[in-house]
Amino acid sequence: MITSDNRPAAHTFFRWIPLLRGISRESLIGWLFVLPALLMYAVFVLLPLLMSIQYSFFRWDGIGPMTWVGLNNYATVLEVPDLLGTIFNAFRLVVFFSFIPVSLGLVVASVIYRVATGRLGEIARTVLFLPQVIPLVAAGIIWGWLLAYPGLINQVLRAIGLGSITRAWLGDFDWALPAVGFIGIWVLLGFCTVLLWTGMTRLDSALYESARIDGAGWLAEFINITVPLLRHEIGVCLTVTVIAALAAFDIVYVSTAGGPGNSTAVPGIQIYILAFTQQRIGLASALAVMLMVMVLVVILPLQRLSRETHYEN
Amino acid sequence: MKISRAELWSGRALLMALMAITILPFISIFTTALHPSGTVPSGLEWPADPQWGNFVEAFNVANMTALLASSTFIVVAVVPVALLISTMAGFAIGHLHIPGSRILLFLFVFGLTLPFGGIIVPLYYLERELGIYNTRLAIVLPLIGLYMPFAVFWMRAHFVNMPSEISEAARVDGATTWQLFWRIHVPLARPPITSLGILMSVWTWNQFLIALVLVEDPTQRTMAGALGAFQGHYATNIPLLCAGTILILLPTLIIFILFQRQIITALLQGSVKG
Repeated sequence: MITSDNRPAAHTFFRWIPLLRGISRESLIGWLFVLPALLMYAVFVLLPLLMSIQYSFFRWDGIGPMTWVGLNNYATVLEVPDLLGTIFNAFRLVVFFSFIPVSLGLVVASVIYRVATGRLGEIARTVLFLPQVIPLVAAGIIWGWLLAYPGLINQVLRAIGLGSITRAWLGDFDWALPAVGFIGIWVLLGFCTVLLWTGMTRLDSALYESARIDGAGWLAEFINITVPLLRHEIGVCLTVTVIAALAAFDIVYVSTAGGPGNSTAVPGIQIYILAFTQQRIGLASALAVMLMVMVLVVILPLQRLSRETHYEN
Repeated sequence: MKISRAELWSGRALLMALMAITILPFISIFTTALHPSGTVPSGLEWPADPQWGNFVEAFNVANMTALLASSTFIVVAVVPVALLISTMAGFAIGHLHIPGSRILLFLFVFGLTLPFGGIIVPLYYLERELGIYNTRLAIVLPLIGLYMPFAVFWMRAHFVNMPSEISEAARVDGATTWQLFWRIHVPLARPPITSLGILMSVWTWNQFLIALVLVEDPTQRTMAGALGAFQGHYATNIPLLCAGTILILLPTLIIFILFQRQIITALLQGSVKG
């Protein structure tokens, strides 16, 4: 441990500044090490965060004077169906961005672990991971074309005799949100699969050996060994994907921009529209604050889940 | 390991199907990009007369030379600075045990789950106030700030596990805190610094919202931000849009194929620690 109290250097010029008496030179230098990072974080994250909270209590068009309206903006978000609907849409996206990639990822990871131990598994992991590396905007544009009326999805449906259900998926009031959700599955499945597979390779293979000697099948092994022991990795996958769903912006912006109507509008999109096309800064900020609180409230229990298992390991 | 034939083949079939679903979208935009500009081809169809010139046209209209320069500039401005200051902070919080390090750590961790959308509106007005709106600094400075929670958390996790004997030995030899940091601890921290650098480069290159809101001129944006503008202009010209998308994807794909192992490892570690 580095203690500085009995160091000869402790009586340098820092000691002459009365305010700093009692703070060792060592601590002061340590604080100087933190200062640049803290400064950037404070100016470009914490300050805007406080400004968001401040704006949310005012009516403001971004140019003219600000009018204090108390909690009215929050009340508006809760009362106007189109605004409240963005929050419901965000939670509907969680099903696609989070639950499906994590559960399907568990299945695929265990398939790779069991039947593709060699080259095939390596190729599969790399290929499935690919959508995670490209910009989300690119994923949105690619799928915007695939899901369009002349696109690949309808071409495949017609080829297998399902021509009757073809449609412009992203322009359909009922199907646009699941279609956006499907893009999310495509992006996030590989990430979850590879993360969960890495977790599996770290498990003690003796567990599997003994389970197999007892005659456990794939399903029994999956439910009794894999899922409980991967709680930490599952927690991580859920955290990452739930944030991706609740804070979604890029994919939605390029594939539907919230439409048709408001059927795929999520808070991120609505904040952007309210602030930068409708000049309703206060309302946008109230929704922004609610989004941040929402993410915290959902993520904190998940964090605890993965932390607890972390200590056990 | 004994696995039945049925499981072996159904498992492999599932993997092949999933790989096809992952790859087909890329093939579809590639064949579409080769159709005559302005036409609407079907999803997967090799053109009678492949229009390789579409890539040249997309390269010119997307102003790719300027874009590549701009994105590279932004990555080069963000990543080294963010690496240096987060490593310094992680070192001080995790290893020097300065008073208040618990509060500092909590303050940074608090920012980990913050969605960019939550602060984008005030960031816009703040940057107008600071006079950096619509310059590349408008992207660079907020990104450095936004990476701090994760980066400091990540580097602290490394330094907190470094045995203090290393530092004590250096202190006995009369090293200052800076020398201790720069000569001894930074070289030892190369693996986590490299991973963090890869992560922040990928995030920066792919950054969209910040670029969209804070910079009006697409040629001053990141790659992803420019792609959004390109889509706005060529939404109706599908072959050209696909050609442009492929050009913008290409650098990312090449980097991924070359450094796949490092990138996958970095992204996974990043999420596990975060």
